[in-house]
Amino acid sequence: MRSDGSPSAPLGLKIAAAFGLLFLHLPILLIFVYAFTTEEKSFVWPPPGLTTQWFAVTWNRPDVWEALSLSIRVAAISTAIALVLGTLCAAAVSRTRFFGRETISLLVILPIALPGIITGIALRSAFALADIPFSFWTIVLGHATFCVVVVYNNAVARFRRTSGSMIEASMDLGADGFQTFRHVVLPNIATALLAGGMLAFALSFDEVIVTTFTAGQQQTVPIWMLEELIRPRQRPVTNVVAMVVVLVTLLPILLAYYLTRDGDQIAGSGK
Amino acid sequence: MSIEATIQSKVAPAILPGSGGPRGALSDLFWRRPKLLLLLMLLPPVLWLGIVYVGSLFALLAQSFFSIDEFSGLINREFTLKTYGDLFQAANLDIILRTVTMAALVTLASAIIAFPIAYYAARYARGRWKALFYLGVMLPLWSSYLVKVYAWKLILAKEGILTWLLGKLNLLWLLDAWLALPVVGGNSLSVSFTGTFIAFVYVWLPFMILPVQAALERVPGNLVEASSDLGASPGQTFRNVLFPLALPGIVAGSIFTFSLTLGDYIIPQIIGTSRLFIGQAVYSQQGTAGNIPLAAAFTVVPIVIMGFYLWGAKRMGAFDAL
Repeated sequence: MRSDGSPSAPLGLKIAAAFGLLFLHLPILLIFVYAFTTEEKSFVWPPPGLTTQWFAVTWNRPDVWEALSLSIRVAAISTAIALVLGTLCAAAVSRTRFFGRETISLLVILPIALPGIITGIALRSAFALADIPFSFWTIVLGHATFCVVVVYNNAVARFRRTSGSMIEASMDLGADGFQTFRHVVLPNIATALLAGGMLAFALSFDEVIVTTFTAGQQQTVPIWMLEELIRPRQRPVTNVVAMVVVLVTLLPILLAYYLTRDGDQIAGSGK
Repeated sequence: MSIEATIQSKVAPAILPGSGGPRGALSDLFWRRPKLLLLLMLLPPVLWLGIVYVGSLFALLAQSFFSIDEFSGLINREFTLKTYGDLFQAANLDIILRTVTMAALVTLASAIIAFPIAYYAARYARGRWKALFYLGVMLPLWSSYLVKVYAWKLILAKEGILTWLLGKLNLLWLLDAWLALPVVGGNSLSVSFTGTFIAFVYVWLPFMILPVQAALERVPGNLVEASSDLGASPGQTFRNVLFPLALPGIVAGSIFTFSLTLGDYIIPQIIGTSRLFIGQAVYSQQGTAGNIPLAAAFTVVPIVIMGFYLWGAKRMGAFDAL
């Protein structure tokens, strides 16, 4: 009988787990191969030849740059709003117990717990009722709403681990509330906020369902991709953009993981 | 007169002297009245979420009680339940039934595929392997949704990698036989319900793995050993020990897989047939058809289903596994 605490897994389980992980990763890796294919019209496999010319073609496409610029601006502003709102909410919920605390946690989680299409169409019909024309800010309004939860989850986890006695000590030593926040609270939660902010950025950068309802004629990168998937113009350019998107979203996730790996839960409860 | 007496006569009631300046005064005010600080902290997020999000939800719900004039195409802003009646037309019921069936199948398949990964990560993976498993699930979870859907379009396409692979294995007859089946088949996998199903399972799978793993982490390893010591076969241990203890995690994961499938309209649009799902119905009703009331009534279906689902999940203790 093994009882040394590190039993080895049955072979069947190992194989099933390995296949599961492969299933999760191979399709994404496939995108990388397609970005180099010489085939223009179809999805033919294996690629008849390899080329890097599509990177140059993509580089010279103004519509791609416009979509990228809009995506980055939207994600930056939404992340900033989400950072402020999420941190405030997390500070309030984790420090004190008050009436309606559960309701507020639910309120924060609801925008991602309900299907995105509901958030999307709700915002759209509200814009229509209030006669708000589509603009940069209508996209931000939607994105910031569901980004709050990511910052909130990260910040709450960190607040719970931060001891309250440090704040009391700071106050006892004569610091006022603002000094305590600046020199004690903020350094403690900074990495959690950075992680939350990066995940919020990644989430906003990738969002498509809510955006289709709040963007009007403007194109973020996912809207651009969706358009290409429904009405393809130049498939190889889509392949290159898809590969770049994978690489761009990979970095913040890895960074967020390293910033919070000692105990915090990153990501929260989903998109 | 001593110095102490001078200070005492100036600030009699407070123990500490008040901090100077407006900033200090504000800080003192917050210290004395923590409720005020709490209120100020909660106000911005609650106002934002309350007005932008809940406000919009109510605007949407209100519109589901309006109706559309069939001749003029204008929206009649009078309270009516007629639009909800339209949901029960055969074509619309069909959409709802199809979506719920798909969501249930996707949830079941996700649970089956997720279990070994979650179990291995929870019980056997240690140190670097554990981190690797965690990242191995997080990276696909956070990778671009559209890129993932696109990848499956490439894989399932008629000239794509799956057909090539099956051709190499001399199994094309199997693919053809499957595609010839009535409901699940089609011209190619990328325009069939089978394709829609695979893409859904793929995209939502990480949402199932994480809560199941969290539930399994809490099962002490010696419980499994005890079960086998007492003579249970691995199958019996799974049925009577592991599965019941993992169930809250599976239910928690199923909240995501089920809810996300109910609302998604992009996967069935890109990989699927022309027969609609709820999300597509909502999208086309509000867009091309211009029938906002019916679109709103359609969105109430997933809200109600998820309401019951969450209520049931809470009773099963699934929220503790989140």
